[in-house]
Amino acid sequence: MTGLLDTLRRTARMMVGVPDYDAYLRHMREHHPHLPAMDRTQFFRERQEARYGGKNGGKCC
Amino acid sequence: MTRHIPWILIAIVGAVALSVVAVSRGEAVNALWIVVAAVSSFLVAYRYYALYIARTVMRLDPTRATPAIRRADGLDYVATDKVVLFGHHFAAIAGAGPLVGPVLAAQMGYLPGTIWIIAGVVLAGAVQDFMVLFISMRRDGRSLGELIRMEMGQVAGTIALFGAFMIMVIILAVLALIVVKALAESPWGMFTVAATVPLAMLMGAYTRWIRPGRIGEVSLIGLVGLLAAIVYGQSVALSPVWGPAFTFTPVQLCWILIGYGAIASVLPVWLLLAPRDYLSTFLKIGAIAALAIGIVIMAPPLKMHAVTQFVGGDGPVWSGGLFPFLFITIACGAVSGFHALIASGTTPKLIASEAHAPIIGYGAMLMEAFVAIMALVGASILDPGVYFTMNSPAALIGTDAASASAAVTAMGFPISPELIVQTAKDVGEHSIISRAGGAPTLAVAMAEIFSHVVGGPAMKAFWYHFAILFEALFILTAVDAGTRAGRFMLQDLMALAVPGFKETKSIVPGLVATALTVAAWGFFLYQGVTDPLGGVNTLWPVFGISNQMLAAIALMLATAVLFRMKQDRYVWVTMAPTAWLLVCTLSAGALKLISADPKVGFLTHAARFSAAADRGEILAPAKSMEQMRQIIFNDRVDAALVAIFLAVVLSLLFFTIRTCLAARRIAAPTAREIPAQLVPAE
Repeated sequence: MTGLLDTLRRTARMMVGVPDYDAYLRHMREHHPHLPAMDRTQFFRERQEARYGGKNGGKCC
Repeated sequence: MTRHIPWILIAIVGAVALSVVAVSRGEAVNALWIVVAAVSSFLVAYRYYALYIARTVMRLDPTRATPAIRRADGLDYVATDKVVLFGHHFAAIAGAGPLVGPVLAAQMGYLPGTIWIIAGVVLAGAVQDFMVLFISMRRDGRSLGELIRMEMGQVAGTIALFGAFMIMVIILAVLALIVVKALAESPWGMFTVAATVPLAMLMGAYTRWIRPGRIGEVSLIGLVGLLAAIVYGQSVALSPVWGPAFTFTPVQLCWILIGYGAIASVLPVWLLLAPRDYLSTFLKIGAIAALAIGIVIMAPPLKMHAVTQFVGGDGPVWSGGLFPFLFITIACGAVSGFHALIASGTTPKLIASEAHAPIIGYGAMLMEAFVAIMALVGASILDPGVYFTMNSPAALIGTDAASASAAVTAMGFPISPELIVQTAKDVGEHSIISRAGGAPTLAVAMAEIFSHVVGGPAMKAFWYHFAILFEALFILTAVDAGTRAGRFMLQDLMALAVPGFKETKSIVPGLVATALTVAAWGFFLYQGVTDPLGGVNTLWPVFGISNQMLAAIALMLATAVLFRMKQDRYVWVTMAPTAWLLVCTLSAGALKLISADPKVGFLTHAARFSAAADRGEILAPAKSMEQMRQIIFNDRVDAALVAIFLAVVLSLLFFTIRTCLAARRIAAPTAREIPAQLVPAE
């Protein structure tokens, strides 16, 4: 049940362009341990800008 | 063999349902037959055709690393769970198109639309989405324009980019027109939609400063606000002060929307666009799910005829015969060229394994077609008299209940003036006459279905305005996001002539490109709003042609890629739908240009009006010489636009043929995929 809720939560966030923050942290830890990782707020703002501010703004008809 | 048995059963159920829909005459057919026919066709098509394409045509390889694995960065390139990505992709492709197109197509009866949505999506629409996803996934998730450049050359890429920009302009104009048609003279609807602007800004401030990133929380707050706005909207509409203050004519609304588009698209994204996108996305998914459940619970009978007399042309909703205009009108629900931009956008960068491509690429499009089927069902459960009263232009049926009732009854769809007045009263509107554009019709149908399940007739007006709000909300989000996207496309194009124009740091090129984009769609919106024949009549076919042409372009790219992969034996998979789309769009485009019927051909219409103007005559629906000149000018602009689309698609056809012939002369594969890399072992 928690698995289903978690999937729903992640699906809803991905629908509006926000990927999993924990996965991002894991990626940074594994591949770029020397670089500083963004905190949750910075991550959210970065993703928001990337989804709407740039060229991915195209929505479907 | 036993593993095929359930699928054979599903196929039999589907065939039975489809034949019930197709052959029943006289007695009312239940809408569930259409739903069952569609769902079983989709399941069987997915199980056999999508898997055939995946294994044999594309030769998908689950051991081959996708861009999300090779270029993982935790941000743009993230290996995403299959279910989560399906939701993301579906939310990105589902919009107003599949809801509006089938509603308009219902003027020919429910049967032609049903058949085309089912056949079209299985053989063309889903194939297109799936192929573009595959091509982009093998090339680092590049965009459609870049893919065309890679496989077919620089010139072809630039032409495609230009075509995509023009298509964007038409889409924005037609979407905005639908909002104008839905909100004009409707203070209740206007108030609720206007309320979303401060509401979204409040949400924006909340996610910016108070609780950053709490999307779920802020969306719930927003939803409560929306529901309050709908409930409160009724009192606003009835108030002697506020009612008139929120009542706008179509022309006023047109200017409001143009101003809104210009301002909203330069505001910071977190303030208005992002929070409203949360609301519109979740509301859209929720409303689609609720509609599906509602239709199953209510199991309404279809009241529209299976086939109406308008298949030959002469329909009041849009002009032209079944071929090619039915296919142009349904557009997105069966095949949507715009999906090629999404399938080569974020999705290929998020897909975790090539094995997920069928469910994402093909499966999500089947789901979209299911939405189109529901919209068609919605339009067809209404009394046909109500349907034609709502969708015929005022020039044909007048503006009061008596004239509309007489005119629609004369068409062969009896309706009393009392029913027209009562229907408007039920949904809390002043009038339902000539509320073209599809959205109001669908809202009446949704009110019918939802109030059957929750609240009874007393809730109809609430559900009607809920449905209008849900459609207007995501259309306005699309107008805002589309203006931004159009601005970047335009800057890319202008940079070809003026190198400094791509500079995104400097503010001037951005403002110039934004202003030009808004002016472009604003022009067509104004033209549509002031069009005496209703606008939808003129603009929707142009939109449909452009959208289907983009689909043809995407399928031509797919055909060229298959030749370059040396998969010559299987190119029929993309070549057959390409050929069909080319036949439909080229003949529809040619008819729009040169048809001798003034209701279809722009140039004939212009010639007729200009001849009359020379004689000093004024032809209805124009009321002055000024309007005559306006109509002639609009006709010529529309004709030029269609000619541009024809030129774009024909030149890309030329490049495709050249690329395919070149690929056939070389014995080895020439497709420019990123070299295969294995998925790293865990």
